[in-house]
Amino acid sequence: MVEGNLHRVAVTGVGCISALGHNAAEFWCALTHGVCGIGPITKVSDNRLRVRIAAEVKNFSASSHFDRRQINLLDPFAQFALVSAAEAIKNSGLDINDHIGRRTAVVLGSGIGGDTSINHCAKMLYGQMKSGLHPLSIPRAMLNAAVSHIAISHGITGPAFAVSSACASATHAIGQAYLMVRHGMVRAAITGGSEACITLGTLKAWESLRIMAPDTCRPFSRGRKGMVLGEGAGIIVLEPWQAARKRGATILAEIVGFGMSADANNMVHPSLDGTAKAIHQCLVDARLSADCVDYVNAHGSGTPANDVIETRALHRVFGAHARKLSVSSTKSMHGHALGASGALELIATIFAINNNVVPPTMNFSGRDPECDLDYTPNQAREKPIRVALSNSFAFGGLNAVLAVKKAC
Amino acid sequence: MQNVQDNVISSIAKAVPLDPETIRPHSTFEELAIDSLDVVNIVFELENTFAIKIPDDFRLSELTDVAAVTSAMQSFVGNDVSGHG
Repeated sequence: MVEGNLHRVAVTGVGCISALGHNAAEFWCALTHGVCGIGPITKVSDNRLRVRIAAEVKNFSASSHFDRRQINLLDPFAQFALVSAAEAIKNSGLDINDHIGRRTAVVLGSGIGGDTSINHCAKMLYGQMKSGLHPLSIPRAMLNAAVSHIAISHGITGPAFAVSSACASATHAIGQAYLMVRHGMVRAAITGGSEACITLGTLKAWESLRIMAPDTCRPFSRGRKGMVLGEGAGIIVLEPWQAARKRGATILAEIVGFGMSADANNMVHPSLDGTAKAIHQCLVDARLSADCVDYVNAHGSGTPANDVIETRALHRVFGAHARKLSVSSTKSMHGHALGASGALELIATIFAINNNVVPPTMNFSGRDPECDLDYTPNQAREKPIRVALSNSFAFGGLNAVLAVKKAC
Repeated sequence: MQNVQDNVISSIAKAVPLDPETIRPHSTFEELAIDSLDVVNIVFELENTFAIKIPDDFRLSELTDVAAVTSAMQSFVGNDVSGHG
């Protein structure tokens, strides 16, 4: 189980909250049934908004999970992370006692951090011209808040930090946790990403980039008009394979590779070289040939530029095998949850491997000549999956790709 | 005095937050599980309630119970001030 002093890395627990439900089982059920979580924005009411749709977490009641004192300190992005972490840890069956807690890491990604709190501060300071801000503004808003709350809640005293790389944050975070477990630095890692970005400020800022779809998210499809913001959290528990087996854990999948790259080219336009390099590096790290991969959970943001570049990158890395890949973008259902997206999509990928079911790309309305792969349009498909990739390509040209293998 | 005390208790209740019924005039912060971050929060609430500015060099570490807060507020605003809460 230990290869050249490197541990195999087992996924033993998953938890998530998104527009598709408040736990991982609801999430997967919705994905396989092609449920689209995108709808009219309800969390922000402002007639200056041109963007009218998002994939919001629905019917979430913070008081069902936290007491008033806790809520006072928790931005929604930290609430989502805590709820999903509790689910993932429970799901893993890992008893985080003092001994384990000392050797457990928490590594989470977020693109923004406490967006609701930041927006509130701006409103108080610039809108209402208040002379001071609430003293909890910093602990609520800081990007590492969710990490700290998880550490406090579960008595975790090992390495803990936040990672931020916009839309690739969660994938980069999981990659760091994977490396720590793989190299024996920690006995376990709680990792993933969280984002609660359906706020006036963030919606207006994204709107001004003119890449937001007014209708829905239809990745790789003819007639796609851009991305749709989502929100939520995805958390997974990683453990060394041998330790997980020894304690009798159910191993959901194995993370076998991680690739990263920087485009070093443009802040918003993706680069073929950069994205292809990250995918290639992931396969090299996994020591896998391209033809071992059966499924790619694409970044698939639904923007005209991303989907063409990502398609070309898959062609470049996989060659003739690209035609045999099943590809899908689950963002068509859970929206683009920015720094949480990579975690939600990795969880979708883990379920796909476990169930031998490829989740669909919903809202697909016809083939784009420049997107010529099998995107699993509009309907989930049964297919044996040995290895799958999860791609995340961020603004700023920061790319991260994880490879997952069926547990065996 | 009574008004100041009532406003102090309601401010503490709102800031932490706590049920005001659980706060007594001589409750200690230890009894109420109020930590240093809560104290900063309470001071913010007191400034709003009493419409005052508590100086940055005020020693928050001296606020260890409700009575100490009431006493401090009296010294800031005087006994006849009922607050704006």
